[in-house]
Amino acid sequence: MAKSLAQEFAKGLWEEIPPFRLVLGLCPVLAVTKTVENGIGMGLATTFVLVCSNMLVSMLRKIIPSKVRIACFIIIIATFVTVVELLMQAFAYPLFLKLGIFIPLIVVNCIVLGRSEAFASKNGVVRSIADGLGMGIGFTISLGCLGAVRELFGNGTLTFWETPIQIFGPSFQPFAFMVEAPGAFVCLGLMLCLMNLAGSK
Amino acid sequence: MIRTDLFVSVSPHIKQDVTVAKIMWTVVACLIPPLVLSMFVFGFQILYITLMSVGSCVATEAISEKLLSRPITVKDGSAVITGLLLAYVIPPGVPFWMPIPAAIMAIFVTKVLMGGLGFNIFNPALIGRAFLVATYPVAMTTAWLEPIRDASVFKYAGAGVDAISAATPLYVLKHYGMSAFMEKFGSMSAIYTDFFIGLRPGCIGETSALLLLIGGIFLIWKKYITWHIPISLILSVGVLTWIFGGETLFTGNPLVAVLSGGVMLGAFFMATDYVTSPTQKTGKLIFGAGIGALTVLIRLKGGYPEGICYAILLMNSLTPALDQWFRPKRFSEGAKI
Repeated sequence: MAKSLAQEFAKGLWEEIPPFRLVLGLCPVLAVTKTVENGIGMGLATTFVLVCSNMLVSMLRKIIPSKVRIACFIIIIATFVTVVELLMQAFAYPLFLKLGIFIPLIVVNCIVLGRSEAFASKNGVVRSIADGLGMGIGFTISLGCLGAVRELFGNGTLTFWETPIQIFGPSFQPFAFMVEAPGAFVCLGLMLCLMNLAGSK
Repeated sequence: MIRTDLFVSVSPHIKQDVTVAKIMWTVVACLIPPLVLSMFVFGFQILYITLMSVGSCVATEAISEKLLSRPITVKDGSAVITGLLLAYVIPPGVPFWMPIPAAIMAIFVTKVLMGGLGFNIFNPALIGRAFLVATYPVAMTTAWLEPIRDASVFKYAGAGVDAISAATPLYVLKHYGMSAFMEKFGSMSAIYTDFFIGLRPGCIGETSALLLLIGGIFLIWKKYITWHIPISLILSVGVLTWIFGGETLFTGNPLVAVLSGGVMLGAFFMATDYVTSPTQKTGKLIFGAGIGALTVLIRLKGGYPEGICYAILLMNSLTPALDQWFRPKRFSEGAKI
């Protein structure tokens, strides 16, 4: 039953890839994936918080009383969110401005809390780090894909390092719908549908 | 109590020849006259838009059902209706490729993915329009054409969208008021005649109240639709506009409100869609009145000059609830024993 370390890491990449398999933490997924860059940036910030909070929760799992564990998890997560917020202000200020409120909102991201509760509070430090890293990278890939599809069809570009690259020619009429909120839902649903299709074969 | 005047004989039974396909093709036939009129009012280029819309709807349905290995249901005509209705709610001056993405959205996402005809929550054609308004807001709100009153039906054939924009009656009313409206469209009696026949800027198939009314009454006479939704919808638009539409209470013009925008098309051909409207009489009356109220609300207070598309979509989402709330009483239900 017990999985190897590599399996704990790899399950976040396909088998339980957030947000598609777990369908958790949809708020940032829908809100910030207007461009690839935003999606990946958000994913990396969440990965950092996931790994660090999983590590600390796992270290303290014997000390934290179970009655107040959620509050303790939130404090730990909030600490790392503050760290990532300050780091982004220092080193990636334009991205920070674009992601705006959604960086502080990582605190209440269900994936982070969910991994603390479901995994890190029951497993050792190394396994928790592997789990957090896998989930975080899976989340980053998902957000990157969603952002790429939405930006490509909604704007005709792909943005890396602040420079939008035109993919389609100038005659392309972008589907502005895709960068709007309903486009995010439709796109997420279609990607989920494709994943289920790929998984069912 | 057993009724002795009703009995089921042994087979074979007499069957009515009313099938889904027959109803759908009758509706298609009822939708053709407004299209023919529009060809002479807005020029022959609207034929390309309509053919493109119908063609891409049918193709989307066939291809997506093939891919999902479902039976191909193109022959029942529902995709043709969706294509026609989608073209009818698009302005006549848009580029001719514009229905293609909307058709994919309407047929594939709204209908086929939900499970096919009978399972869609929303009216596919209106989702197509809502998608186009969100995607190409400029073309969808400015590509109006002035009606052609002489015989120059190729007038708009080569012109671009920017060169040929006109203003719809509702736009003029909303942004410039009644006096500007009269100045632009003539005296009140001329307005009533023109709007009734279909000589006004508007979407491809929504302008001719007369032909839509004939088609709608034909459908009611054939008992394919009932009068409840159209009548309650038109009445509620008229009455609410009369009360709230003017400068002061009770001074709005109900006839202009009913004859402009997409009220006639929506009332007879969109709100009455079997799949997305309630099945019982009370539910239908409330459904129609709700669409009318939301339409007037969007027209008078919302950001868009016309709101019937969103009004129908919003009430579509209430349809299951209306069916649930206004179920007919079962025999002796609630009776005291």
